[in-house]
Order: sequence, then C-alpha cells, then structure tokens
Amino acid sequence: MNNPKPTFALKAENLSKIVTSPEGMLTILDQVSLQVSHGERIAIIGASGAGKSTLLGLLAGLDLPTSGKIWLGENELSALDEDGRAALRADKVGFVFQSFHLIPSLTALENVMLPLELANNPQPQQAAMQALQNVGLGERAGHYPKQLSGGEKQRVAIARAYVTQPTVLFADEPTGNLDQQTGETVIDILFKMNREYGTTLVLVSHDLSLAKRCDRTIQMEAGKISTEQMA
Amino acid sequence: MKSIALAWRLLIRDWKSGELTVLAVALIIAITALTAVAFLTDRVSHAVEMRATESLAADLRLGSSQSISATYSELAVQAGIDTAEMVTMPSVVFDGERSTLAAIRAVTPTYPLRGTLKTADKLLAPATETEEIPAIGEAWATKRLLARLGSNTGATITVGNTQLKITKVLNFRPDQGWQFVDLAPTLLINKADLDATALIQPGSRVSYRLLFAGPRNLISDFKTELEPQLSPAEQLSDIEDANPQIRSAMERSGRFLNLASLVSVLLAAVAVAMSARRYAHRHRDRIALLKCLGSKQAFIMRLNLLQLLMLTVVGAVIGVTLGYLSQEVLAWVARDLIAQELPAPGASPILLGLVTALCILCGFALPDLIQMGKTPVLRVLRQDVEPPPMAYGISYLAGMFAVLALLQWIVGDLKLVLGIAIGALGTFAVLGLAGWILVKASGRFRGVAGVAWRYGFANLNRRGRESVIQVVAFGLGLMVLMLLTLVRNDLMDTWRGSLPLDAPNQFMINIQPHEVPQMQQFLDEQQLQAPQFVPLVRARITAINSTLVEDIEFTDPQGERWAKRESNLSFSDSIQSGNKLTEGEWWQAGTDQHEISVEVDFASELGVNIGDELSFDIAGEPVSATVTSLRTVEWDSFKPNFFMVFSTATLKDYPASYIAAMYAGAEDDSKIIQLMRQFPSVTVIDLDASLAQVRDVMDKASLAVQAVFLFTLFAGFAVLWAAAQSSLDQRSFESAILRTLGASRKRVLTGVAVEFIAIGLLAGLLASTGASLIAWHLAVNVFDLQYQFSPAVWLAGPFLGMLFVGLSGLLATWKVVTHSPMSVLRSA
Repeated sequence: MNNPKPTFALKAENLSKIVTSPEGMLTILDQVSLQVSHGERIAIIGASGAGKSTLLGLLAGLDLPTSGKIWLGENELSALDEDGRAALRADKVGFVFQSFHLIPSLTALENVMLPLELANNPQPQQAAMQALQNVGLGERAGHYPKQLSGGEKQRVAIARAYVTQPTVLFADEPTGNLDQQTGETVIDILFKMNREYGTTLVLVSHDLSLAKRCDRTIQMEAGKISTEQMA
Repeated sequence: MKSIALAWRLLIRDWKSGELTVLAVALIIAITALTAVAFLTDRVSHAVEMRATESLAADLRLGSSQSISATYSELAVQAGIDTAEMVTMPSVVFDGERSTLAAIRAVTPTYPLRGTLKTADKLLAPATETEEIPAIGEAWATKRLLARLGSNTGATITVGNTQLKITKVLNFRPDQGWQFVDLAPTLLINKADLDATALIQPGSRVSYRLLFAGPRNLISDFKTELEPQLSPAEQLSDIEDANPQIRSAMERSGRFLNLASLVSVLLAAVAVAMSARRYAHRHRDRIALLKCLGSKQAFIMRLNLLQLLMLTVVGAVIGVTLGYLSQEVLAWVARDLIAQELPAPGASPILLGLVTALCILCGFALPDLIQMGKTPVLRVLRQDVEPPPMAYGISYLAGMFAVLALLQWIVGDLKLVLGIAIGALGTFAVLGLAGWILVKASGRFRGVAGVAWRYGFANLNRRGRESVIQVVAFGLGLMVLMLLTLVRNDLMDTWRGSLPLDAPNQFMINIQPHEVPQMQQFLDEQQLQAPQFVPLVRARITAINSTLVEDIEFTDPQGERWAKRESNLSFSDSIQSGNKLTEGEWWQAGTDQHEISVEVDFASELGVNIGDELSFDIAGEPVSATVTSLRTVEWDSFKPNFFMVFSTATLKDYPASYIAAMYAGAEDDSKIIQLMRQFPSVTVIDLDASLAQVRDVMDKASLAVQAVFLFTLFAGFAVLWAAAQSSLDQRSFESAILRTLGASRKRVLTGVAVEFIAIGLLAGLLASTGASLIAWHLAVNVFDLQYQFSPAVWLAGPFLGMLFVGLSGLLATWKVVTHSPMSVLRSA
C-alpha cells in the first residue's frame, strides 16, 4: 500500500534542543511544534538568541533535536542518520545563508554548478549558466567571489540554491549582510524564484518588512513560538 | 566515477585559484630534488663505478690457476658481452747477459676492456694513452723492468724460447694494483706470442684471467648465470673487489649524497605538513557546505582521498620530469668537470618519485585532510563550530614512520636513517621547547615599549601554538640552509684535504733491513722527502683459537681466502696516523705481551674478535698473539696500512723487510730510476695513476654532492615559505583591522617586524647551534673527518634568521599596508 502524499511540506513536533554550557544545561528550543504547507512562505523572526537559527538548522536536518520529531515531506528527518539526512538535503533542500558561503576558490558559475555536479547532472554548466542568468549575473559567471559585491554574492547563492529545484528552501538571514536596497533586490529574486518553482520557503530574519511579504510569520522568544501571524 | 570526476574538477579549480600553490610547490620541490639526485647519482655513480672497475680492467673478472674453458667466452659473446684474456706467469727475461725476474702478461687485442694503457716511447719520455697492445713479436716493459735490465726501448730480449723487441715503456695498466705481493715488474706481450715462448709447462705457476665488460644489466645477468657453473679454482671479481682506496672514496661520497637526499625529503615533509594544515584550515567551510548540499561523510572522505591521490600523481609526474630535466642541465653545466660522457640514467628514480610523493602526502597531509573531512555541517550556520581536535602527535608519528621507512628503502643504511630520525626528533623537541619559552617570555615584554612592540609581542603570545610551530619550521629551514651553505664546504674540503696533492705516490717495498740506512742516505743526497720505513713480515695464519684454519668453516668466503693466503704483518709501538680504534685498547709502548690490532672489516670477514688468539707460521716458526684492539683504516690516504699490526715484541726477531711511501714530483723521475738501479732488489711502485683514479672519484662525487645540496637548499626555502604562509590569512586580516582603526603603515609593519624578528632571532640562534653540532657529529662519526667549529656560523645564524624571517613576514604583510584594508576584509 502506498503512503498518501502528506499535505505538509515540513512538520515539527515538540522539538527541543538542550546543550550543556559552563553554567549548566541550556534550553535553546523548548517544545516547538510547527507545520508548513507546500509552496508556503514562512518567516521566523525574533531577537538574537531566541532560537531562530537553531530551529532552522533542525528543520533542515543540519542538526538533531534533543527530543521531538521532524518530517520533511514523507521522510522523518529525526529518524535518519547523518548520511540519510545528507541524501535528503541533496534531493529536496536548498539553502541561502547570511554569509553567502560561496567557495572562494570557485568562480560564480562553478559555485552554482557544484550541487548539480554532486547530483551527477550530465549538463551542469548549461543549467548553472541559466540559473545565473535568472538572477541577472550571466555576465559575471567567470568572476571569483572576492570580485563580487555582497548583493552579487547572495544572488549567486540564490542561483545555487534554486539550480537543483529543491522542494524546500531555507534562508538564514539572507539580507543580514546587505544594505536595504540590495536586500530588497535579493528578496525580489528569492520570491520570484519561489513563485516560478513553487518551492516552500522558510526564512529566518530580523527584517520585519521581509517577514511581511511572507504568507505567515512566526515570532520566537526564549526558545518558544510566542505568536503566529498570517499575512 | 562521479567522485573521481568531481575530485579532479575541484583540484583543477583549487589550482587555478591559487589555493593549492604552496602545497603543490612543496611537494614538487621534494620530488624534483629527490629524483634529480637519484637520476644524477645513478649516472654519476655508474660513471664512478665504470672508473672504479678500471682497476679490474673490466666489469667482471674470472681468475683461475688453470686454463679457463672457452665455454665461458662463448656464453659471454652470446649474451652480448665483450671479453679479453690475460695469462700471467713469472719468468726470467734476458737482455744479453743481464737478466731479471718479470711477470709476463700475455693479453688479447681487446685488453683492457675498461681504462686505457699508458705508454712512452722511451724511458723518461712523456706517457700517452693507447688503445693498442704490443704487436706480435714485440713487448712493452715497465720502467722498473728496464731499470733492472739496464735497457731501454729498442732492445731485444729473450723470453722463454723466443725473442721479443721492446717497443714501448709501459707506464700504466688500469689493473696494475699496488699490492705488496706484486713483486715482479711487468712485461706485456701479445697472447699470440705465448706459445712461442713455451713458458707454459706442467707445473708452471700460471694464472689465467678472463675479463668481461658490457651494459650493467647484461653483466649482472651474466654473473648470476656464471656463478653456479664455476669450479672451486675459478674466482669471480667485480666492483666489490676493486681496490680499497676507490671503494672507500665511493662509500664516503655515497654517504654524502644519501644524507643530502634524506634531508630534502624530511624538509619537504615539513613543508607539506605546514601547507596541508593551512589548506585544511581554509577548506573547512567548503566541507560544511558540501555536507549541507547533501554530500555524505564517506563521499567527502573519498573526495579528499582522491584529490590527494591525484595531487600525488600530478606532483610526482611534474617532479620527476623537472628532476630529470634538472639533472640534464646540471650534467651539461658540469660537462667540463665530468670529462667523460655520463651513461644514461635508469628508470628506478621514477618509481622512487611516485612512492616518495605518496609517503609524504599520506604521512603529512592526510591527517589534516581527514580532520577537515570531519567538519560538522552545522558550521554553515555557526562559524565557531570546528572539527574535533586532532591528535597531531599520533598522526605525525605515523607520517614520520612512513618517511623513515621510505628513507631506509632509499639509502639502506639503518644507522644513518636512525641517526637522522633521532637528530630530527631531538631538533624538533629543542626548537619546540625554545619556541614555547619565547611565547611565555613574550608576555613579560609586552609593557616595555610602544604600541607596535606591544602588538608584536602580544601576537607572539596570543598565537602561542602557531608561534611555536613557526619557530620549529623557521629554525629547521635555517639550520639546513646553514648546514648546506657554511658547513658543506668545510666537510667537502676536509674530505678532499684527506688526499693532499703531495700524498705519497711512490711506494718502495722489499727493502732489506741493511738497505734502510743506505736508502735514507740516498734519498737525503737526492733531496727527496725522507719517508718512514715500516717493517713488513710475511706469514700465514695457521689457527684461530687453536682451531686449525683448514678445520674452520668460514661464513664469509672472503675471510676464507684471507686466511688461506700469505698475509703481510707489521709491528709498531704506536697506532699509525689515520687509523682509529673502534674497540679495545692499544698496547703500552715496549710491552713484552704478544698482542695484535686487527682492521675491523678484516676481523669481521675472518670471524675474529677481541680476546681471540691467532697463530701464524713465520718462516717455519709458530707465533701466537691475542687480539686486543680493532681499528678502522683510511685506505684512501695512500699511506702504508696493514690489516694486522702486532706489538713490537711479537715480531721484532723475525725476518722482516721494510716498506716506505713518499711523494716525488714528475721532475724527480730520473732520481727514481737511479734509485731503482742502485737498489735493484727494492720494488718501487708508481701510484700516480691510482691516486688520479681516486681523485677523479672524489671530483665526480663532489659535483654530485654540490648538485644535491642545491636541491636541499630549495627544500629549505620551501619550508621557510610554507612557514611564512601558515599564519598569513589571520595576520592579513588583523593588520587590516589595525589599519582600519587608524594604525599607520609604519606601526603595523613594526608590529609584524617585532614578531617575526623575535622568531627569526631565536630560530637563527638555535639553527647555528644545531648546524654546528650536526656538522661536528657528521664529520666525526659518519665521515671519519676532523672538524673545526666555526664562529662565523654563530654570527651568521641569528643575522640570517632576523633577515630571512623578518623579510618574509614583512613581505607577507606588505599587501595589507599597500592595498586598501577593505579589499582584505572583504575577501576574508
């Protein structure tokens, strides 16, 4: 019997993350539950230390919760080992980071080609070039990250995130290192791609104006969801 | 396939962006150095070997007291090997009324297969090389023979039943040797004349020699094929049996070369380890990202290993190619010095290059790469997440072990390799400790000067571990540079000085006791150098520890040969110059005990040790003595030396003859001939040609050694470069911040200079000490040479340290003060 396709893209149940610190046990996330639908755009906001990035890391399978369960589509992330989660990330997940994380020794084109090459795509160059053109950087394909501005670096990172057409895209403070105008341009591109590919978007941000453009905003405080607001 | 293609692409991209430069260059220098050395050594040592085999006049020599079967010649011809024959017998030759005993040597036209004969048209005429042998009906006589006969060229002499015309003076035969038993002067004749002499009769003392020469591999195969077919009377000799002077010179040059290659490999390993560390440090983010993009741990490890393997192969191919080209250039540059065409190198250095690359990379780069592979994926979100700490000690110990195993494979001299290993570990420990003390002390200096100084000292202190590593790396690099540039010349000069231009070149043997004062007077009148007359007693060993020699089963066939033939013994109250005791003690002068001092290799071949009793038969009388010391002998000093020297009381009452060695220049030739005529029973042996052979070996070897040292020097620079690069990123970033905060260029540069100069000063001081101690150890214990400490080394060390290290630090930071700090901060 086939499992019916779940109605959610992402689901978390009673997620907790507790770490040991010199001062004793520290609860970073406390019993957080959350469900995200297919194609939904969700923003997670909150002050520094509220647990936003930890939640994002757990939802994306970059880390394991101390307790609780996470599903990415039909796959229970929290039941998979690191390699299983890696395989799932390769298949379904895209990332955009605050500090871009472009590989300095690779050109813009090579950075975008990398996930395709990892997925054994036969024509990585063509698809990567197309993705760069989609973010308006076709002309800068041969440039190294240090030759690009912050906004350009983030556009390359977006092209890299979308080039494998992931189901869910996680963005950690995508405009955190950019000025307002550049930030808006980058967000425009991010949302345009989200519409074109129907990708589910999970954003972590300080930026309320960015949050307002999402379908739903989740406010975090001291490791818990304090409020949830639909657009 | 996927990972191979991706690993290759990532490697190429890293190379293009300059990420791999230091690592790849360090590796390539190592392989280039090692293979250039191996190629050149292969060629030079083959050339030296060929020169050395000249003392056999062949590559391989078969000797027998019975006629040698023609089958061996046929076998050789089939194998593509050249042959020549020599038949030797003693016979009295006559020139009219005068007669003397001569060693008649009948040779075939291809003789000698290695080396050339030198002849002169008449006595005292200049000698020239010749490719010929005496024509049928002719003979060539040595000076000594002519002096004894009172003849000159043009004379017709009677040899057995035939008459031969002396057409040339035989000045040199490559295989003439200079053994004390080589008593009779040579008459060289054509083998075609041998039957006519009718000298070979039943019971004649005839020795037969069949000579072989050809390419190395053919000779080696042929030797293996020949050995099992030989009868007990037939004996094979090759380079191993070449004369001890040349062998000794070759062994020493081999040790110089091995040592230099070892040091280049070790240095390269250090440079690779340092650059791999930086590479791994800079690539942690990439690993986290690859994991974030869905790569599994095993895939990442595979990717890293594949990249390492590819780097090995590419580095080895480039290194081997450069190594080959470099030695071609070196051989070309030194073509005048080499004076003869070098044979083509063999292929073994290629394998050596590949294996070395693999050993160095796996031993010293792999631990860092494995560590890098363990970077947690969470690093994409949090930059402070690091891979688990690595046990560097254990990882590098494995690397050290791999490299030592490699070194043992290359040089096959466990004593040397262990010496180097212990030396290297000791040096690391001392440099590390000194670095640690500097780091601790720098904390105290922080308050003593202005902000730039405070910043410099604070940096040393804060980057504690990095600073210690830099002291070790810079210290090691500088030490090797000094060892090579300053101490190498001393060592080489001392070595060459052990055979000065006025080394004895005339050996006089068979001097009767009553002739000693007469000869002293003659030499004095002729204003020739007065030599020391050394007694020589001929004897045969009869028993070792009361077991008769016939009943002893010798483990070493050479020992058996020594035991069963007549030995030359001497006696003395004091140890000869150039001899060194390795075990036991020399006897008191004037002792009445019967004691012997035995040359250490001879003792081992014979199977005797301290405390053993040796019995001899001297002119029919039994004599016994106890071994009380073992000693080494400088065979290449060309002084009279003996395997066995006795206390004076043991031998002084037995019939002895004397031998003496002295130097006589070319202008003294006529005096020497006069001496031969005045003392007809004394044999004078001209060693000029043998000395030239040894000097030639030394010249070729020192050329190779200089070339090797050049590459070791490059490896030393690679270490300095890698050390300067190791903290470059952090330093650039911090200096950019200082500049942003308003520090002037001067202040930033002064801070960096203080830090590097302090490291350089300490590294230089330690390097001087290390270089002097190592040079002393090498001179005294490895090369058996005297060594003089040089104060210049101690001055040069700290100065060079400050200069090199300070400059490299400034150059590394120059970019920061000349470019806008923004560009540095943006790319950080």
